[in-house]
Amino acid sequence: MSSILVYIESLGGQLPKSSLPVISAALKAKSVLSINTVIGVLIGGQGTDEAAKLASEYGLDKILFIKSENAENYMAASYASVFAQIAKDNNSTLLMGPASSKGRDFLPRVSEILDAPQASDVIEILAGYTFKRPMYAGNLIAEVELEGDIKVLTVRTSAFPQPEKLSVSEVTEINIPVLKDENSVFVSYDTVKNERPELGEADIIVSGGRALKSKENFESVMYPLADVLGAAIGASRAAVDSGYAPNDWQVGQTGKIVAPKLYIAVGISGAVQHLAGMKDSKVIVVINKDPEAPIFEIASYGLVGDLFTVVPELIEALKAAKL
Amino acid sequence: MKKIFVPLKRVPDWQLKVKPSADGLTIDQTNLKWIINTFDEIAVEEAIRIRDKGVGFTEVVLCMIGPKEGSEQLRSALAMGADRAIHIITDEDIDSSQATKILAHIVKRDNYDLVIIGKQAIDSDSGQTAQRLSVRLAYQQASFASKIDVDGESLTVVREVDGGLETLKLKLPAVVSTDLRLNEPRLRSLPGIVAAKKKPVEEIPMSDIPDVGSKKVKVRKLSVPPSRPAGQKVSSVSELISKLKEEKLIG
Ligand SMILES: Cc1cc2nc3c(=O)[nH]c(=O)nc-3n(C[C@H](O)[C@H](O)[C@H](O)COP(=O)(O)OP(=O)(O)OC[C@H]3O[C@@H](n4cnc5c(N)ncnc54)[C@H](O)[C@@H]3O)c2cc1C
Repeated sequence: MSSILVYIESLGGQLPKSSLPVISAALKAKSVLSINTVIGVLIGGQGTDEAAKLASEYGLDKILFIKSENAENYMAASYASVFAQIAKDNNSTLLMGPASSKGRDFLPRVSEILDAPQASDVIEILAGYTFKRPMYAGNLIAEVELEGDIKVLTVRTSAFPQPEKLSVSEVTEINIPVLKDENSVFVSYDTVKNERPELGEADIIVSGGRALKSKENFESVMYPLADVLGAAIGASRAAVDSGYAPNDWQVGQTGKIVAPKLYIAVGISGAVQHLAGMKDSKVIVVINKDPEAPIFEIASYGLVGDLFTVVPELIEALKAAKL
Repeated sequence: MKKIFVPLKRVPDWQLKVKPSADGLTIDQTNLKWIINTFDEIAVEEAIRIRDKGVGFTEVVLCMIGPKEGSEQLRSALAMGADRAIHIITDEDIDSSQATKILAHIVKRDNYDLVIIGKQAIDSDSGQTAQRLSVRLAYQQASFASKIDVDGESLTVVREVDGGLETLKLKLPAVVSTDLRLNEPRLRSLPGIVAAKKKPVEEIPMSDIPDVGSKKVKVRKLSVPPSRPAGQKVSSVSELISKLKEEKLIG
């Protein structure tokens, strides 16, 4: 009996909300493709058992987890070989995971190990192992059919809903050794401390572009706007390249793909690669001084004006609206 | 004497909007302009910089899989300063798994120590070839690189990942995939363009490569995504606030 194997990302006993919709995608695939069993897999160090328990509440048929010292720091090669082994052991024919930086890194390895075709960044699951995915920076949507006994997907999680709490599944620890390769060594992970919501999880995102002109301006203009809205902060590539914002905040074809309820683009022109990352947001507000800026074409509400006067005014008005 | 291998893909210029062809199976070929995939151009630049550091790498070899006309983009990459090129000639549109098999064949044939390759092609946006190649060659892997330091037999690579930056140390041989912030590719100089005309390009028909396998990722339909409903301009912050209230986005 074949099964779907879905990689569920965990981090120190927690499940990042941004990658959870992969569970919804797996359940969708189960019904569309009439596969009997969906197995969730967690791989990690400390706390992976707790994360597995959390993952068991969403109606998957089974949860397997590997808790190993050697998996404490993510390494593409070891995660891929473990995941491929679990796929073989469970006769899995459809393998999937989130198109997060880990998923994008190790799932193509799994595909190669199993000599399987892969569809990246899947946004919709159709009958007959056909999947919708964006190509050409989202300018076109492709329907691709995968052929072969085993198929692999990375899933664009912003295109699927958060999973609902359903029946509780059985959780089993498995003991496949996680090998360490001395020729690839993890040195460090430098993360930006951030009290604000994560980009992939936020209902509201405020995003700043090159027009902010400096890191200081970015902080003094965008941060207070984010804080009054309880929003996450995003940035254009130009803003990141210029050092106004950390790389992890970049929204677009080569950054984060987001679809919040409200996206406010401030001083961003609307290059196709930026739009690729945010045009599925529910409401888009644009603040730009150039009435011809292409980003106005996708704006729900566009305000032409100088951001350095408009944004402070907006912050005051939002504060007043809260009272 | 170590060698760097840089695979290249020819892709439609992103500055021109692509449209589906009439049958919806590919893109409309009229008025296309072709460029080197942005991430691959960054890979060429990085390879040249590493060679020129004098840390034991002596040669940068490019490899394009694509139609004969791709030689224009291949020459343009040679003009940046790469030493020579291999052109695997085919008119077929292959998938990542097939590309991997072709590239692995050439890497094994010539014994390259370091492969630098774009993290994705900006046409298919699949982002698989680097990782697949690393598996197939049993080379170490570092994807999404924003900084590469070479030190004798090892590489220190800073990677752009969710939440920040990760640093890995790898022993050669390795496959590294490039992110946008790795470098800014140089402009071509006139002497560079002239020199590129004389650089050796080995042409190999794809049919000469063994075991490429069949294509397993098949595009059945390309379409333009639905456009957003037309929005409206607001003339003031207070009008914007009342719209956001109507949408129940603020209290
Ligand atoms: C392969 C590739 C991948 C890419 N990936 C991404 C990606 O993932 N994400 C991304 O964002 N970009 C990406 N880019 C870059 C993209 O093409 C654009 O260069 C970039 O998005 C531009 O950023 P920007 O809008 O901030 O800057 P600009 O295009 O310079 O726009 C600045 C805007 O600010 C406005 N402005 C200026 N001053 C003011 C003011 N005082 N008040 C109000 N408005 C003002 C201007 O009218 C202008 O519209 C990619 C490019 C390539 C080639």
